[in-house]
Amino acid sequence: MATENTRPQDSADTLLDVERTFTDRLAYAGRFLWRDRSGVVGLVLFLIVVLAAVFAPQLSHYDPLEQNLRDNKMPPAWSEGGSWDHPFGTDNLGRDNFARILYGARVSLTVGFFGVLIAGGLGMVVGAIAGYVGGRFDDVIMALVNLVLSLPYLLFVVFIASVLGRSLLNVILIFGITDSPIFARVARGEVLRMRRSGYVESAISAGARWPRVLFDHIMPNLIGPLITLATFEMSRMIFYEAGLGFLGLSVPPSVPSWGNMLAAGRKYLTSSPWIAAFPGLAIMFTSLGMNLLGDWLRDVLDPRLRRARK
Amino acid sequence: MHRYFLAKLGQSILLLLGVLLLVFVMVRITGDPAALMMSRESSPEQLEAFREKMGFNRPVLVQFADFSSKAIKGDFGLSLHFRTPALQMVLERLPATLQLAAVGLLMAIVVAIPLGLVGGFNPGGLTDSVGRSLALLGQSIPNFWLALIMILFFAVRLGWFPSFGRDEIKSVVMPAFVMALPVMGQLMRLTRSAVLEIRGEDYIRTARSKGLEPKTIYFKHVLRNVAIPLISVIGVQFGYMLGGSIYIETIFAWPGMGQLLEQSIGWRDFPLVQAIAVFTSVIVLALNLLTDMAYALIDPRIRYGN
Repeated sequence: MATENTRPQDSADTLLDVERTFTDRLAYAGRFLWRDRSGVVGLVLFLIVVLAAVFAPQLSHYDPLEQNLRDNKMPPAWSEGGSWDHPFGTDNLGRDNFARILYGARVSLTVGFFGVLIAGGLGMVVGAIAGYVGGRFDDVIMALVNLVLSLPYLLFVVFIASVLGRSLLNVILIFGITDSPIFARVARGEVLRMRRSGYVESAISAGARWPRVLFDHIMPNLIGPLITLATFEMSRMIFYEAGLGFLGLSVPPSVPSWGNMLAAGRKYLTSSPWIAAFPGLAIMFTSLGMNLLGDWLRDVLDPRLRRARK
Repeated sequence: MHRYFLAKLGQSILLLLGVLLLVFVMVRITGDPAALMMSRESSPEQLEAFREKMGFNRPVLVQFADFSSKAIKGDFGLSLHFRTPALQMVLERLPATLQLAAVGLLMAIVVAIPLGLVGGFNPGGLTDSVGRSLALLGQSIPNFWLALIMILFFAVRLGWFPSFGRDEIKSVVMPAFVMALPVMGQLMRLTRSAVLEIRGEDYIRTARSKGLEPKTIYFKHVLRNVAIPLISVIGVQFGYMLGGSIYIETIFAWPGMGQLLEQSIGWRDFPLVQAIAVFTSVIVLALNLLTDMAYALIDPRIRYGN
């Protein structure tokens, strides 16, 4: 079994055990942090991003759109020529980078949240019905799901975004619709598994009609696996939104988003690298938090996967 | 077994038709493909002439029949920007993208599989922790940003690699690495969990209890079974890299299909965008098909199951 040398029974004893080599102890400490703290770290990182987005006006007194060409391309506070008045420096038009990062979190979280809401809602309902009803409906839905999932995703997202044009609503709709097949596939698989379970059979034999079985007995049990998926997908959408912004295909250029900041900063990469550096760090920070959170949720919400992760 | 392959082939052909339909519909979503492809200053007469020339004023079904029958023969019309056959433009860019994806995939394999194997056999060990941290990092760093940072450090500051283009052999290193990093993480995680799962199988216990040497068990029983899921993921990842190179090629000015896509969107050259989308999809679908076949050849359970 995979467990035989993975779990020292008593953590305190193992950490104090002088017989063990240094690398053993280092590895143990790392593992301890990994298993028990990573979810907490992920949650904290994610909450920081949420708070930054919500309290952006309180955290910075600068308007993210206000230009001040006299103070343009100021370096961050800790490097030479910087000032704590602009902690992350200013961009090519003299706008405060710190304020723009805070307001950028609003764009990213809005796209991620509503994108996942649409994709998850659509995918869950369609996938669950397909799995439960089966037959022709299931065949058609699964054919569509397979079509979308076998395409080069990024290429098609870029293609649609270039046709539809730059707006927040378009970006949300693009991600909401193109990402729903993943949710549909997971929901369908779970429903197929649940249909054979005792509680669904007993509901059916007690005379419940299919909408009742589906919405009262099956859907609530879909929430767990879909929340885990939603965390990863939200992180992916934030990633892709910034990528589209980088190509000039996401929200309009006047909106302070991380992708737009990166696109602008790219032109000044060698002279003022901080303009591009901060939005990238912000994306990484958010993505890291959500990935850690997702890994942890997967373990907590789905005990079947615990074995594989040890 | 033939039936399995034929069924898979049939599915791929259906998917291909789906791709053609999708690509056809996408340039018409806004209702007027002529306005989409022409500059905003075009006069109504110019737009009308363009519609006439492109056949946009015919019935939609006729247009689709025309588009798909030509597309199957490899004719996507002329690129609006270059006035040359669109597919030819794409084919010229193919070798660069293939090279980038192949080198990237190789980098990912060379790093990820050994790390995943060690991690799977010694979960929680130092190598495992390092490997998993790298995987997490690879998943979280935006590749378009990493590309910029690498240019800044390794090209501008240190001068080790050229910052753009495809003129030297060294040129491929940075873009391929950026492309490899997320794939590395995924491959490592997969290898690791495959080893963990297979180590717990009954046949491994049997092999052990009948007194086989650990080395034999390792190479003959574990590794061969770990290879099965790996092959399918490597095939899929290669397709993903071919279709997902747009940022990396744009940033490093790598003359492949991704850069062409970015340029053709800038020119509103949608015949060329369509050609890129269909051609890339065909490659990806073909790769998936080949992967499925390799999978079935290696693992008889798939061939004979349902």
